[in-house]
This record gives sequence, C-alpha cells and structure tokens, in this order.
Amino acid sequence: MARRITNRRKVVISLIAWSIALALFFPILWTFLTSFKTEGDAVATPPQFLFFHWTTENYIEVQARSDYFLHFFNSVVIAVGSTLIGLAIAIPAAWAMAFAPTKRTKDILMWMLSTKMMPPVGALIPIYLIFRNMGLLDSRWGLVGVLTLINLPIIVWMLYTYFKEIPGEILEAARMDGASLMKEIVYVLTPMAVPGIASTLLLNIILAWNEAFWTLNLSTSEAAPLTTFIASYSSPEGLFYAKLSAASTMAIAPILILGWFSQKQLVRGLTFGAVK
Amino acid sequence: MATFHTRSAARLMMAPSVLLLFAWMIVPLATTIYFSTLNYNLLSPGDHAFLGITNYQYFLTDPAFFDALINTLLLVGGVLFITIIGGIGFALLLDQQIYGQGIVRILAIAPFFVMPTVAALVWKNMFMNPVNGLFAYFFRLAGMEPLDWLASIPLFSIIIIVAWQWLPFATLILLTSLQSLDEEQKEAAEMDGASAFSRFIYLTLPHMARAITVVILIETIFLLSVFAEILVTTNGGPGTDSTNLTYLIYSQALLQFDIGGASAGGIVAVILANIVAIFLVRIVGKNLEA
Repeated sequence: MARRITNRRKVVISLIAWSIALALFFPILWTFLTSFKTEGDAVATPPQFLFFHWTTENYIEVQARSDYFLHFFNSVVIAVGSTLIGLAIAIPAAWAMAFAPTKRTKDILMWMLSTKMMPPVGALIPIYLIFRNMGLLDSRWGLVGVLTLINLPIIVWMLYTYFKEIPGEILEAARMDGASLMKEIVYVLTPMAVPGIASTLLLNIILAWNEAFWTLNLSTSEAAPLTTFIASYSSPEGLFYAKLSAASTMAIAPILILGWFSQKQLVRGLTFGAVK
Repeated sequence: MATFHTRSAARLMMAPSVLLLFAWMIVPLATTIYFSTLNYNLLSPGDHAFLGITNYQYFLTDPAFFDALINTLLLVGGVLFITIIGGIGFALLLDQQIYGQGIVRILAIAPFFVMPTVAALVWKNMFMNPVNGLFAYFFRLAGMEPLDWLASIPLFSIIIIVAWQWLPFATLILLTSLQSLDEEQKEAAEMDGASAFSRFIYLTLPHMARAITVVILIETIFLLSVFAEILVTTNGGPGTDSTNLTYLIYSQALLQFDIGGASAGGIVAVILANIVAIFLVRIVGKNLEA
C-alpha cells in the first residue's frame, strides 16, 4: 500500500516537473520548429506545430543574404580568443594565489571580484572614444581585448578555486626532490590542473559568446559577432519570423551543447566556488 | 612556509592580471570623471569648457534619471523575486525522485545559454507580438483582446524575458545546494514528527541560505546592467517606461552624443553599483571563510 502511494506521488511530481521544464524549454523548441517553416506558415493561425511544409530554405537564405558564417566566425574568434588569452594571463596568477598565498591574497581576490561589479556603462564612454580614435571600432581584436578583461576576474576566481583543491603536500614533495619552479609547474601541477582549466575554458567561452553589452556597442558589421548580427533583426522588413528563427537556432545551438556539458562546472564557476 | 624565492616569483606571476585589471578599472574611471566635468558634445567640435558639477546637476535633476533609477530597481527586484521564489519551488521539485531527471534538468537549464539578443527577439516577435505572437493567439482563443505587451506593459514584459533567462540559473544553483543537504538530518526531523512545512522552514531553508545569497549576488551584478534586452525590444520606450540606468547613459552618449552628461551619469551608476557591491562583497567574503 505504502509503495503504491509513493509510486503515485512520483508520477505526479514527475508530471509537474516535466511540465515546468517543457514550458521553460518551449521558446527554444518553438524557435527551432519555426526555423523550418515557410514565412507564411510561421505566422499561420492557428499556429502550426509539426504538420507544416518542412523546409531548409531559411538557413540558405540567411547565409546568402547576410553572410551568416562571417558572424559565426567572428563569435568563435572573439569567444575562444578572449578565453585563451585570459587563461594565459590568469593561470600564473591563480597558481600563485593558491600555492603561495600571502596575507593580502584574499584582499586581491576580493578586489578582482569588485572590478566585475563596476557597471560597464561606467567604462563605455572612454572605451568607445579610445576605440574610435584608434580605429578599433568594429574590429575583432578590439573586442577580444575587452572581453578578455571583463572575464579575467571570473577566470582567475574559477582557476583559484580549482587549484585550491590540489593538495599542497604534492608540491612540497616535488620541491624536496629538487624540482625547480618550472618543473613543478610543467610536470606536477599542470596534469592535476587540467580538469579545472578545461571547465574554466568551457564556461568562459559560453559567457563570452553570449556577452551582449560590449559586442553591441563596439561592433557594427565586419567584426560583428552573432549577438550584434541577431540584433539587426530588431527592425526588419516584411515577414521574417522563419529567418529570425533560423539565424537564432544556429546562434544558440553550439553554445547550448557546450552548456549542457558544463552544467556542474557552471554552478561552481559562477558562484566563485561558494556553492559546489 | 613559502620561501623568499617563491614569494617574489608569485608576485611576478600575479603581476599581469593585477596590472591589467587595475588599468581596466582606473583608466576608464579617471577618464569618465574627467569628461563628466566638461561641456563635451561630439557634435560640437572645438574646446571643451570646464563645467564643474553642472553635468551632475543636469543629470540628477533630469526626470529621466529618476524614472531610470526606479526602472532599474523594479527590473532587478522583479527578476530576483521571480527567479528566487520560482527557483526554490522548482529546485524542491527536482530534488524529489522523478522520471527522467537528467532530461528535465537539461531542458530546464537551456534558457540560460540563449544569448540575450536572441531571447529578447524571440519573445518580442514570436510570443509578445500583438498580431502574430502566440500569446495574441491564446488571448483571441479565450475571447480576449490581444495585449500589445511591449507597448502597454514594457517593463513587465522585459522582466518576463530576463527572468526566463535567469530562472534556470537560480534553479540549478539552489538544486545543487539542496542535494548537499544531509539525508540523515531530514530523516531525523521526520522521525521527530516535524511536518513537511516546518522541515522546510527550519531545516531546508537555512541550509539553502548561502546559495540564495549567492544567487542574489550574481544576478544583481548582471541585472544592474541589463542592456541588450531593452535595446532590441523597446529602445527604452515608450517614453522612458522601460529605460534603466544603463540604457539611459548609453542613449545619452551614443545617441545624443552628450559625452559630458553621459559621463556624469556613468559615475552616478558606478557609485550606486558600489553601494550595492559593498554589501555583496561582505557577504561573499563571509561565505569564503565558512
């Protein structure tokens, strides 16, 4: 008897949880479905759910009309580039703070976190003018630089919380065996740090891919990543739902897949190690 | 324990990060402060006369500033309210035994990975559009006049869009925290005859306190600077109905070219964010020691 009640309870709770999850996911599913409709079907009344004329012409047209892959490529360069440069700068810093902490280490970490709290509009005007005067507006490298800096605190923090968990005794043992600092880093630390670095990499690519303040303000066409490109659909002409959906689907699909892989690291990374 | 040698090496290794971040913080800030004292408009060339605090007086007494301040607070508060309450409820649900929990999690977390411009345009056109949107269809189905969401209740519509992106994040973090709750404690409370409600109030909620604080902290950082969602849906309008501080300063600088005035606004925004940050950093600092 008791068992039957628990089973029924499980079914009811499952149904509620599935409904909420599907409701949250629905806008994405709807975008995906709409991307395969004709523009007519996309605005049909009643809405067409599955039984419409499936077509891939929207994808072809988005590419033909606006060189979609240029923007896709820009997003890849900006997200991956800024993350790799950020890692190169942050790995030594996080290593030093985790393994040779001083009294001020915590203050420095806190200060780094506080730079993240500075609202971007506070820096927008000088950065915009500097970029304009240096001809960096609408340039990929300009955006790589800015995104490196805005994500640097998060990268340092994430790496720090991972490095913190590597047992210090192992380093002491290596030092006693006469390993130099370089050897210590290359042969002892790096292999143990790779998982943490990998998840930091993943999470920061996601953050940089979706960054939409600096990319919107500092790029217009040639260097425009997908965030800026999609924003150009805010004032379109004629019917465009299916094309908007196709462009959107391609913009979010790669990051959705990366994101699903990084769920666990996401919690830890975005909470600066406070929730694990 | 660290030797002098490692200590100086450590300093060297930290230098690039610290110097870059320091420059990133100080250069724009100093320049913005400097610009905020000038009569500087990109449309009027020539010398920029020193104005003292005039720009601040104009910015702070502009009715748009007050509107934007209220809208910023409503936006942050509204999204926090929806995502915390909804997130706690949904996390409690997902913490139970359910069929296909992995898939449910994957579906539920997805909106967090959608870039802001896509989220805003999909909601604007395919859901909230008064003619072709799905909501309009359901309103007509129910015999009601379709609502022009972004024209009649712009700020609330934007809150819905932003909350949709952040609810999964809150849920995921709160769920992670729930899963670290000791099963034995729950059982002990149950055996002592505590009701489900008092178990939640006295055991689960205190356990989640830290995670809730962290969610508030992270979301506040990002929500204070919501920009793309406003830019592609309402452009801050109608009037200033959906203009937050970030958008107000952006429009003053890059649409009206008033560098001086916008810089004053930028400094005001930095000061306000710092007031929030002082509280938040303290809380995170405490959590770090725990």
